[in-house]
Amino acid sequence: MQNLAIKVSNLGKAYRIGLKEKKQETLAGSIIAALKAPLRNFRKISNLNKLQNQDGGDDIFWANRNINFEVYKGEVLGIIGKNGAGKSTLLKLLSRITEPTEGRIEIHGKVASLLEVGTGFNPELTGSENIYLNGTILGLTRKEIDARYNDIVEFSGIEKFMETPVKRYSSGMKVRLAFAVAAHIDPEILIIDEVLAVGDAEFQKKCLGKMQEVAGKAGRTVLFVSHDMAAVKNLCTRAILLQNGSITYEGHPNDVVDYYLRNAAMIQNDTAGVSFENRKGNGKFIVTNFEFLNAAHQPVVVLETGMDAFLKVSYKSLEKSPNPVVNILIRNSYQQIIGNLLTRIAFPGVLKLAPEGYVLCHIPKLPFLPGRYTIDIMLKHDYDVTDQIEGLTIMEVEKGDFYGTGKIQDSMKDGLLVDHQWQVI
Amino acid sequence: MQKEPVVIIEPGSGIGSMNLKEVWRYKDLLYYMVLRDVTVLYKQTVLGFAWAIINPLFQVLIFSLVFGTLAGVKPDISGMPYPVFSALAVIPWTYFSNSLNLAGSSLISASAIFTKVYFPRIIIPLTPVFSKLVDFAISSLILAGMMAWFKYQPGHNIVFVLIPVLLVVLSSAGLGFWISSLSVQYRDFKFALSFMLPILMYVAPVAFPATLVLEKLGNTAFHLYALYPMVGAIEGFRTSFAVGKEMPWNLIAISSASALVIFISGIWYFKKMERHFADLA
Ligand SMILES: Nc1ncnc2c1ncn2[C@@H]1O[C@H](COP(=O)(O)OP(=O)(O)O)[C@@H](O)[C@H]1O
Ligand SMILES: [Mg+2]
Repeated sequence: MQNLAIKVSNLGKAYRIGLKEKKQETLAGSIIAALKAPLRNFRKISNLNKLQNQDGGDDIFWANRNINFEVYKGEVLGIIGKNGAGKSTLLKLLSRITEPTEGRIEIHGKVASLLEVGTGFNPELTGSENIYLNGTILGLTRKEIDARYNDIVEFSGIEKFMETPVKRYSSGMKVRLAFAVAAHIDPEILIIDEVLAVGDAEFQKKCLGKMQEVAGKAGRTVLFVSHDMAAVKNLCTRAILLQNGSITYEGHPNDVVDYYLRNAAMIQNDTAGVSFENRKGNGKFIVTNFEFLNAAHQPVVVLETGMDAFLKVSYKSLEKSPNPVVNILIRNSYQQIIGNLLTRIAFPGVLKLAPEGYVLCHIPKLPFLPGRYTIDIMLKHDYDVTDQIEGLTIMEVEKGDFYGTGKIQDSMKDGLLVDHQWQVI
Repeated sequence: MQKEPVVIIEPGSGIGSMNLKEVWRYKDLLYYMVLRDVTVLYKQTVLGFAWAIINPLFQVLIFSLVFGTLAGVKPDISGMPYPVFSALAVIPWTYFSNSLNLAGSSLISASAIFTKVYFPRIIIPLTPVFSKLVDFAISSLILAGMMAWFKYQPGHNIVFVLIPVLLVVLSSAGLGFWISSLSVQYRDFKFALSFMLPILMYVAPVAFPATLVLEKLGNTAFHLYALYPMVGAIEGFRTSFAVGKEMPWNLIAISSASALVIFISGIWYFKKMERHFADLA
C-alpha cells in the first residue's frame, strides 16, 4: 500500500428516475391517497428514497456503476467525459455529499471539495464576512482563516472592496473572491468540478497556477474534472474517462484525451450524429455522410480549439456534374453564420469529382472557441441547388491550446480566434 | 507523526456521521451561519431591531385587551398585572414559533449549499435556533419596559430563568430536526406547520395560566398537559419572574423529559434521513 490516497471499489450510485418530480409528493396528497389505499401508498412514499422497489427496477438509473480506481498521494487525476457521464456524481460520492448505493470508498487524508465557486456566499454580507462564512463552509476553522486572511485578500486582488457588501460586486469580483478562498483551503486531497469554466481568463490562469502549486506540494492529491483538454493534459499525471457512469479508459492524460476525442460518438448518444431531416434540392448530387477527422484522419466527434482538423463530406452524384460546388456553413448558437467554407473560392481551379466518393476540407488550426456549432451543407451544380441540408450535424468544440503558448482564451464562448503573433522590436 | 484520518464511505455508513466530534469540528461554521442570519436581518431592515419588539408588543397589547380586559382572565400570580403576565408567555412563544418556522424550512432553503459541500447537515436547522435567540434577547426589552411601567419587581425565582429558556431551545431544536427532514420529503409540510403553529399557541398557556387546566380538568389532565414542552417552558419562564410562588418543578420535569425525547428522536430521524437529503433536494 504505497501511499494510497483514495481507493474506490465497485462504486455505484443509483437514482430513481423521476425522483425530482416525485419529490413534489405532498403531505396532503399522500394523506388523501393513504386514506384511499393505505398500504400501497405508504410503501410508495417511503420507497421514494429507497431503491429496492417492487416493480422490477426499470425506473432506476445508475449515474455511476462498477467504478474501481486508486489514487496515490501526489497524483493529479483528471476526470473527463461528456455531460451526464456521471463525473459530478462521482465527485459528490467522494466528498460525502451523497451516499453510494453500492461499493466502497476509502479516503486517507483530509478532503476539501470544490463543486461550485462561492457556495453559500451571501450578497448582503461584506467581502471579508463572506471569506469567513465561505471558508468555514469549505471546512476551515476560524483560526485557519485568520492565518490565511491576508493571503486570500491579496490573491483576490480586490483588497479595496473587503468592507463592501458582495451585492455591489461585479460577477467577476465575486468569482475572484470565491476562488481566492477556495485556493487557500490547502487540504491533503482536493476535489474540483468544472469550476474553472467561470471567471476571466487571466484569473483562471492564476488559479491553475495555484492548483499546480498545490499539486506540486509533497503528498497533495488533486482530482480534477474539466472540459479543458489542454488543462487536463498539462496538469494531470493520470486521467480517467467516464462513459455512461463507468470508467472506460484510463491512463496517461494525452492518451485518454485522445481516446475521448476520437470516441465521443460511441460514448453518448446525445451527439446528434448526422441528420438529413431538413433537406431540400433536386437530389442529383447529394451528401451521403459527414465526419470530422483528426490530423491522422481518424474520425472524431469532439474537436479541440487549435487542432488540425478535417471535415469529410461523402457524396453521390446521379449524373456527371458540369460544375460541382460544395459549401459548408458553420453557425454559432445564435444561428449566426460565422464560417463559410466553399470550394468555389477556396479550391484552386475547377472541382472535378468522381460519381461517388468524398472530399476533405482541411482546417489546419481550428479557430472556433469551445461551444456547439451547427453545420449546414449545400451541394450545387453550378447555381442549381442539388442538396441543401440545414442542421446536418453539431460540431462540438472543447478547449484547446490555439496559440501553442500553453495559455487558453476562454472568456468568450462560441466565437472565432484570430491566428496572430506578437512581435516586440 | 500525526495519525492520518481514514474515512470509509459505504452504503448505510451515514454520510453526515452525526458524531459529536464531527459537529464540534464545524462549530465555527455554526457560528458564522448564525452571525450571517443575524447580520443580514439587522442590515436589511432599518427597523431590524424594532421588528423584534413591535411584533410581540402588539400581541401582548391584543392579549391584554381581549383576554385580560374583555374575557377577564386572571393571572395566577399575585400582584402580576395581566400585560406582564402575557408578555412573559408571548416572548418565549414568539421565539419558539419563529425559530421553529425557520428551522422547519431551513433544509429546503439551504439545498443549494448542501448539495455542493459536505458538512454536518444538522448545523442547518440548528442555525435559526441560535440566531433567533438574539431576537429573544431583544424582545426581552419589552419585559423590562413593562415591569418598569407597572412597577413590578421579580422575586428571587429569577435565578432559575435560564432553565425554561433552555427548555424552549431544546424543544424548538428537536421539533426543528423533525420538521426540516420531513419537509424535504413532503414539500407541503411547511403549510402543515403554519396551520399547526397558531393552534399550538392557543393550546399553550400563553393567554391563560396553566393552573386553569388543573382547576377545570383535574390532576391527571394537568400532568398530561405538561407533556407539551411549551407548557413547562412558559409556566417556568413566567414563574421565574413571580414573587412568592414556587417554581412548577413537576411541570418543568415532565416537559423536559418530553422535550428530550423529541430532541433525541429528532436527531435519530434527521440522521436516518440525512443521506437522502442531497438526492431529494
Ligand atoms: N438527484 C438526482 N436525481 C436523479 N438523477 C440525477 C440526480 N443527479 C444527477 N442525476 C443524473 O445522473 C446523471 C449524471 O449526472 P452528473 O454526474 O451530473 O454528470 P456530469 O457531471 O458528468 O455531467 C445525469 O443523467 C443526471 O441527470
Ligand atoms: Mg457535472
